[in-house]
Amino acid sequence: MKLAEVQNRVSVRKPVFMKTGATQKLLAFASLILLVVFFSLSSENFLRFDNVIGIMLSTAVIGVLALGSTFVIITGGIDLSVGTVMTFASVMTGVVITFWGLPIPLGIAGGILTGALCGFISGWLVAKMNIPPFIATLGMMMVTKGLSLVVSGTKPIYFNDTPAFSKIAMGTVFKVPFAVFIFFGLAIIASIVLSKTIIGRYNFALGSNEEATRLSGVNVTFWKILIYVITGAFAGIAGIMMASRLNSAQPALGSGYELEAIAAVVIGGTSLSGGQGSILGTVIGALIMSVLTNGLRILSVPQEWQVVIVGLVVIGAVYADILRRRKK
Amino acid sequence: MSQILVSMDGITKQFPGVLALDQCRFELRAGEVHALVGENGAGKSTMMKILTGVYTKDAGRIVYKGKEVEIAHTKAAQNLGIGIIHQELQLMPDLTIAQNIFIGREPRTKFPLFLDDNELNGRTQALFEQMNLKLDPRTLVSELTVAKQQMVEIAKALSFKSEVLIMDEPTAALTNAEIDELFRMITQLREQGVGIVYISHRMEELKRITDRITVMRDGCYVDTVRTDEATIDAIISMMVGRQIYSTSKPSIDGSGQQTKVLEVQRLSRGNAVKDVSFHLNKGEIVGFAGLMGAGRTEVARAIFGADPIDSGEILVNGKSVSIKGPNDAVRCGIGYLSEDRKQFGLLVDMDVKTNISIASYRSFRNPFGWMKQAKMERNAEAHVASLKIKTPNVDQKVKFLSGGNQQKVVIGKWLTRDCQILMIDEPTRGIDVGAKSEIYKLLDELVQQGKSIIMISSELPEILRMSHRIIVMCEGRITGELSSAEATQEAIMKFATMRVEEEAK
Ligand SMILES: Nc1ncnc2c1ncn2[C@@H]1O[C@H](COP(=O)(O)OP(=O)(O)OP(=O)(O)O)[C@@H](O)[C@H]1O
Ligand SMILES: [Mg+2]
Repeated sequence: MKLAEVQNRVSVRKPVFMKTGATQKLLAFASLILLVVFFSLSSENFLRFDNVIGIMLSTAVIGVLALGSTFVIITGGIDLSVGTVMTFASVMTGVVITFWGLPIPLGIAGGILTGALCGFISGWLVAKMNIPPFIATLGMMMVTKGLSLVVSGTKPIYFNDTPAFSKIAMGTVFKVPFAVFIFFGLAIIASIVLSKTIIGRYNFALGSNEEATRLSGVNVTFWKILIYVITGAFAGIAGIMMASRLNSAQPALGSGYELEAIAAVVIGGTSLSGGQGSILGTVIGALIMSVLTNGLRILSVPQEWQVVIVGLVVIGAVYADILRRRKK
Repeated sequence: MSQILVSMDGITKQFPGVLALDQCRFELRAGEVHALVGENGAGKSTMMKILTGVYTKDAGRIVYKGKEVEIAHTKAAQNLGIGIIHQELQLMPDLTIAQNIFIGREPRTKFPLFLDDNELNGRTQALFEQMNLKLDPRTLVSELTVAKQQMVEIAKALSFKSEVLIMDEPTAALTNAEIDELFRMITQLREQGVGIVYISHRMEELKRITDRITVMRDGCYVDTVRTDEATIDAIISMMVGRQIYSTSKPSIDGSGQQTKVLEVQRLSRGNAVKDVSFHLNKGEIVGFAGLMGAGRTEVARAIFGADPIDSGEILVNGKSVSIKGPNDAVRCGIGYLSEDRKQFGLLVDMDVKTNISIASYRSFRNPFGWMKQAKMERNAEAHVASLKIKTPNVDQKVKFLSGGNQQKVVIGKWLTRDCQILMIDEPTRGIDVGAKSEIYKLLDELVQQGKSIIMISSELPEILRMSHRIIVMCEGRITGELSSAEATQEAIMKFATMRVEEEAK
């Protein structure tokens, strides 16, 4: 069969060396470096130790939300409720510790469980009841926003009787607050879960082609709910960090955080249509956001213009990603 | 006679508005290749989806190795040892080949939550060696050609060590060499006692590979015959139950005038299209032949403005035109029927009516932008009737149509648009013999009306039968042109495998 041989030869393709995700991460990383260089040249205050720590600290809460959001976004879904779930979790932590007077570990467990439970409900609505993620989590966002106010009686809950609580986020090692360690620790865990475990594998599979995953005999409903639970649990942890940092649960805070988290994820190269993304990208994305805000503030750019610039950066980052994809 | 593996009896399945299966039956023995044939929409895929737990049956019974079974979901079928390669590729493009093959049963490390990717890639490699496939398990599926993706699906089904293996049109996107390789594997599996269900519209394959043939028509069982005792003609007439339009070689006389409607000069696009020049006359069918990946689709897409070109000129009716996007092309009277209808050609979540009208909205709206629903409906109904599209009504969503009927909807769309130049890419892939001949008839009628057609096809008999002129491509270049008189399969294959390096020597 001579023809067959020829055909075989023709159809053998060169392997593709560059992995898809790598370039985007590189691009995001390069922009981060560029920003840092630019701001440190523009202002000598930028690279000062306490400013760098300030940047890290302000990354921590949004960063943890973004880590959680990465999971849902890779399935091709979205969770609009992470910001208010975070608030609700911090209020519940306050209820457990301050109202009920229970020990701090139980308060932490309560906060994480609250987040996970909210995630479970969203996931169940999406996976089992087939409600589009946008709608299901929009509803969850409003429900938790209201519940935070109801449960707290619209007033902040202070942790004044339990001074140890504020150490969770604000205690320091070598002057670095715990919150920063928590963020990077969670990032490492999330990254391992996403790349090395079965959860991560099905996460990408779902985002890539849900129907094919189902036809392969994977229990799609179960894994999808689990992924929303993970996202919720991360929001719960963020809530505890937030409460600890402010030494109080602020029931009116939190709306809008979900959008910043999503922006960080997207800047980090995770595709909103699902199937592609990475934790490293999200970490870089979150850092870019806070470096930008911090740097602009140091340069005394007015607050309202800071927001405009961050918005433009989000659009630019996504457009760069699209350009890169088109080139391929 | 060997053991009966599967017997399905009295199977009935009702979809909204369609009785897809009506008291249908099917039997499969160990160690046989059993063909399932029938027109588009006959219910072949549905029957097999019931056997593999994708759909649940409304009535009937399934006996597997002597025991009656209920197959409620896909996992149940896998556990019984029934594997399937679906007609529409079911892969996850963002995962690697190995990850796709072992999805749902990934090897784990000592800690059950953690994946063992070395084991995963090793097992995939071993599988490929057994199948004689040269692919890297770590490649992303999105980087593979359709044919390679098909091979991955096949590898996946084989990896289950299934006792029953169902292949729903596995060869639709394969090259001849790959088909040979597939048939070698099928023969090997048959010797091991695996029962294989083989669905195909390519009649010549049936004789080559199958032992028995079951014919279905309109959701009903017609008959089961032994392949060596049946003639292809007899099977076709069982399938369609009517006469088939037969074309001879095109009755071309050059039709005297020879006005060029389309001229392409030195078209280039990256590595895919290199310096391509040709022309198309009024009332002519030009066939584009070549191996998979020769760049024929890329040429069509470039002319249509779907991909940006690096250089080159396109003339329509003698005038140079600038085509920056498909809307420019459509304005110039060029239509394109893409080869991957799901991804590029159809709005699968919308109804038949909308899909047929979408390229010609201008003619279905009044000056205020109001859509003329009734006119759209009448037009769609006319095409459904003339193309014999099997659908309960024009409001059915396209995703619920069988594969072949989806293809006919795309054709209806461009017929509505009334293009002067039609580029059709693999027009009869996955289409049954009856519908195929109807499409041939349609193309003949179109050129008689003065339209011009570029037809890309990997089926040489089809190219030879339909084209007035044949252009052969290899690796992005045009390597030869043949008139219909001088064209033979051998001549085409010679050009199709003429690589540049060989020329240079
Ligand atoms: N999910 C669904 N909902 C509604 N109708 C459906 C669905 N799936 C299939 N059908 C209809 O059932 C009939 C049988 O379809 P099926 O896909 O089994 O045909 P087929 O024999 O495989 O055809 P082809 O050769 O074109 O693949 C068709 O009329 C089709 O439109
Ligand atoms: Mg089918």
